[in-house]
Amino acid sequence: MTDAYVVGIDMIKFGRFPERSVPDLGAEAALLALDDCGLKIQDMQALYCGNLGQANAMVGQRVLQEIGQTGIPVVNCANACATGATAFREAWMSIKAGVYDVVLAVGVEQMGRGLLGGGGGGKGIPKEGLLGSGTMPAVFAEAGQEHARKYGTTFEQFAKVSVKNHHHSTLNPKAMYQIETPLETVMNAEMIAYPNTKLMCSVNVDGSAAAVLCSEKKARELGLMGRAVKVAASVLTSDPWQERDLVMPDVNTCTRKAAATAYEMAGIGPEDVNLVELHDCFATAEILHYENLGLCKDGEAGRMIDEGESALGGRVPVNVSGGLLSKGHPLGATGIANIYEVSTHLRGEAGKRQVEGATVGLTHVIGLGSACALHVLEKVS
Amino acid sequence: MSEENAAQGPLPVVDFLKLPEGGDPYLEGHKCKSCDAIFLGERNICSKCGTRGEIGPVKLGNTGTLYVYSIVHRSFPGIEVPYISAIVDLDGGGTVKGNLIGVDPDPEKIEFGMPVEVVYKDALGRKDKDGNSYTSYFFQPRS
Repeated sequence: MTDAYVVGIDMIKFGRFPERSVPDLGAEAALLALDDCGLKIQDMQALYCGNLGQANAMVGQRVLQEIGQTGIPVVNCANACATGATAFREAWMSIKAGVYDVVLAVGVEQMGRGLLGGGGGGKGIPKEGLLGSGTMPAVFAEAGQEHARKYGTTFEQFAKVSVKNHHHSTLNPKAMYQIETPLETVMNAEMIAYPNTKLMCSVNVDGSAAAVLCSEKKARELGLMGRAVKVAASVLTSDPWQERDLVMPDVNTCTRKAAATAYEMAGIGPEDVNLVELHDCFATAEILHYENLGLCKDGEAGRMIDEGESALGGRVPVNVSGGLLSKGHPLGATGIANIYEVSTHLRGEAGKRQVEGATVGLTHVIGLGSACALHVLEKVS
Repeated sequence: MSEENAAQGPLPVVDFLKLPEGGDPYLEGHKCKSCDAIFLGERNICSKCGTRGEIGPVKLGNTGTLYVYSIVHRSFPGIEVPYISAIVDLDGGGTVKGNLIGVDPDPEKIEFGMPVEVVYKDALGRKDKDGNSYTSYFFQPRS
């Protein structure tokens, strides 16, 4: 079976673009990725497009209507916050299967502002604030509180995640925000759902990212191996049954399952990973995933953030892009944007935020419902 | 509001809250006879073990312990804050989410594992478009 490589990849600067359309945003990223490797839309054999908000509206075809209707197969996919990573994975599978040699994956989203989740639905009366909360900040607060219950993790430790990721984003010109947020600023920000303050919630933004994937043979033929990044593992899981499933989404088990499979597929262990972009949709979530991804032992995530191990310059820098917390979280684009970030480091092109000497990186997203996607990326030596 | 509806008394906020005539309200689970998994709401197939047609109703306990919580300070327009969103493991099995009442919305006052009981009250005055009142369930500390 051939290996699959990322040969072109890019993202737009995340922001709010209410005057633009979803296909227009997707098209911009697609052209950036094509330009990154010097290929044309005519070279692409298939398009895998991830978008959640217009999942029934043929976004991939509408992207091609903007940049070139070549008649190639288009697959539109939606998988909650794992949407972009799932589109990327479909592209990867088509290369691995030998069906195509060179394909395009696009992730794009246009978001409104405000709270996600818990909006009601169902019959009778609204249940929000009556039967607890279904809002995302509260759901992920409760997930974090499970860690606090087990290991005594503190509000301050959760808050430090935001301090770190906001700091990282000051080095990333493509992040929505580039603002330092000291610990007291994070902890004293408006409380949304304890222990998540406003600065501990990811930013709803518009954005897009795209990647061109190639088989090894094609990449060599095209002379594109120089900046190519190997996709050493691609894994997707759903959530196995858990006792508290009905009232408490479990983001841990599907991540642990995916991590075990990804490390095995790539033939590495977590100790070999030089940087990680993980799903920090809320500050509480990042703490859980240090352990879920094996970056530290169970119960050590609090210590890991305290000792700066996950900061740029630390043992295993996490979310040097600024993460969802500060770079922003356009649901369908996020999964490809974090692959862009890791690829940029492996190429040695990340500028001021470069993780020096990075050869292996990991990306992780979780879509509630649930879907977890992991990718292991390796520098081509 | 139609008088006919008003005459029938409060409705249960969710299907798994039972309001038997002349009896005490209770929460109803559905238990798989094959693997003992407990679900909220009726179903025919167990999503834990895949067994079909072996699921029957069980009365859930009225006491339990607080598993985890969040104190919600920002919600949707019209929803009164703050409130405590609580996940409670019921004694005898089953996990339910609801508002924790009778304790200050302050992390200093709320302890993981604290014993709670399930109480049944009017659903914070909320009515549906036909004017029906609802009964809901809440958790409160148990000494």
